[in-house]
Amino acid sequence: MNQFEYVRPANVADAIAAAAAPGAAYLASGTNLLDLMKGGIMRPSRLVDVSRLPGLDRIERLDNGDVRIGALARNADLAHDPDFARGYPAIAEALLSGASAQLRNAATLGGNLLQRTRCSYFYDTASACNKRAPGSGCDARGGDNRLHAVLGWSDDCIATHPSDLCVPLAAFDAVAEIEGRHGRREVAVEALHRLPGATPDKDNTLEPGELIVAVRLPAAACSFASHARYLKLRERTSYAFAMVSAAAGLVVERGTIKEARLALGGVAAKPWRAREAEAALAGARAEPAAFRRAAEAALAGAKPSGDNGFKIELAQRIVLRALVLAAAGTPARMPALPASPFSSSAGAVQ
Amino acid sequence: MNLPIRLTVNGELRDLVLDDPRVTLLDLLREHLRLTGTKKGCDRGQCGACTVLVDGRRTNSCLALAASHDGAKVLTIEGIAQGGELHPIQVAFIAHDGFQCGFCTPGQIISAIGMISEGQAGDDPERIREAMSGNLCRCGAYVGIVEAVREAQKNLATIKTERAA
Repeated sequence: MNQFEYVRPANVADAIAAAAAPGAAYLASGTNLLDLMKGGIMRPSRLVDVSRLPGLDRIERLDNGDVRIGALARNADLAHDPDFARGYPAIAEALLSGASAQLRNAATLGGNLLQRTRCSYFYDTASACNKRAPGSGCDARGGDNRLHAVLGWSDDCIATHPSDLCVPLAAFDAVAEIEGRHGRREVAVEALHRLPGATPDKDNTLEPGELIVAVRLPAAACSFASHARYLKLRERTSYAFAMVSAAAGLVVERGTIKEARLALGGVAAKPWRAREAEAALAGARAEPAAFRRAAEAALAGAKPSGDNGFKIELAQRIVLRALVLAAAGTPARMPALPASPFSSSAGAVQ
Repeated sequence: MNLPIRLTVNGELRDLVLDDPRVTLLDLLREHLRLTGTKKGCDRGQCGACTVLVDGRRTNSCLALAASHDGAKVLTIEGIAQGGELHPIQVAFIAHDGFQCGFCTPGQIISAIGMISEGQAGDDPERIREAMSGNLCRCGAYVGIVEAVREAQKNLATIKTERAA
């Protein structure tokens, strides 16, 4: 790990001022950043420790019914907040399917959103990687790339964003509140992360020194609560990133879909909101034929970036299955293996 | 750079001065406080050998900067036996052969204490396996670990009921 200057500001304004220095990075719990620093992949010259800024860990319901979550709320606390999990069950399920219990106890909402889009070549400093070292090339192209992106990738980068949480946040219209030197602004989580294009070193649309202080979920997204699931396929049962995942929410009236939300994970450099699929579902009968059409629409623009063509059909199947599970109804209790298609005990829908 | 921090480690107040901000909680425990029961496995948050309780919550001490934890209460494997008496989870790990080489065991035991206090898994072996998935055991003692955690959880519930009575 490189040497750095450690500063612990007392409030958001001081944090933003401290982060204005070139080479500065914010430190929340550090579950991603410290890992990357230990590998020599990120080398910030100053760490601005925001992990204990006062008042940023609250989960509160606003007067208009929206839920506002402070950026320092821990993943475990958000997932186990009963009111939150009732209103946004697919988000709780995504949270509990991510990482390990130890990491969920530490990891923060803001940190989860801003973890690096990455692949194993990004981690390997002996490999060429345009994200780590712009212009150096991409050894993932032509390398071991069966888990890489099938949507929105470029010749310069084929890495995926690993967050589970961000997938339902994008699906259910979450908005990030951002503070910076020029005041406060808001960005839809769906628009927070960016596709690689020719500048894969930029993971997101934040300006240098900007700080996410909260995420808001609209009250309207609670209308999906009785038909909302997150489904995630991994190479092992637990504690692994998604090969592909899907967050699905439906409003169903007398067998007809009134409204649908769908986003995919593990397929692109950002959580992939599938609006064409949502449009295809609206007004259709809540039956497999419509779900299948939606799955095809969601992956219509997909193409392999290497030995990963199988992920396109796999993603369609996960979308189909997530929609079938959502239509069957949100389980009364969190499944034993959250988001896993292999859960055998209470809560699983077969 | 000298950074003073205060920690409560296994119930004991410790005033410390960090001479380097890069010191992790794990290295602070092992190298500065000589509490080597907490193990360094991968040092990257993947194996769980370094699990300690921070303010009652299980966490990977290898991915925690000590400087960020000024004022925290830390519980390690050295702090869980009461007098000469092993913690019920330690007893259950011995009874059920919940280990072979023992390297992951301190992390497993602290993680199990954290898991039980989280109260999410109940007696369901599938939920226990999922809740303990952040602790790898390369000897593959998982069957014994799950049995040990189930039994310890039952015994702890009995102890609690007896104390309440």
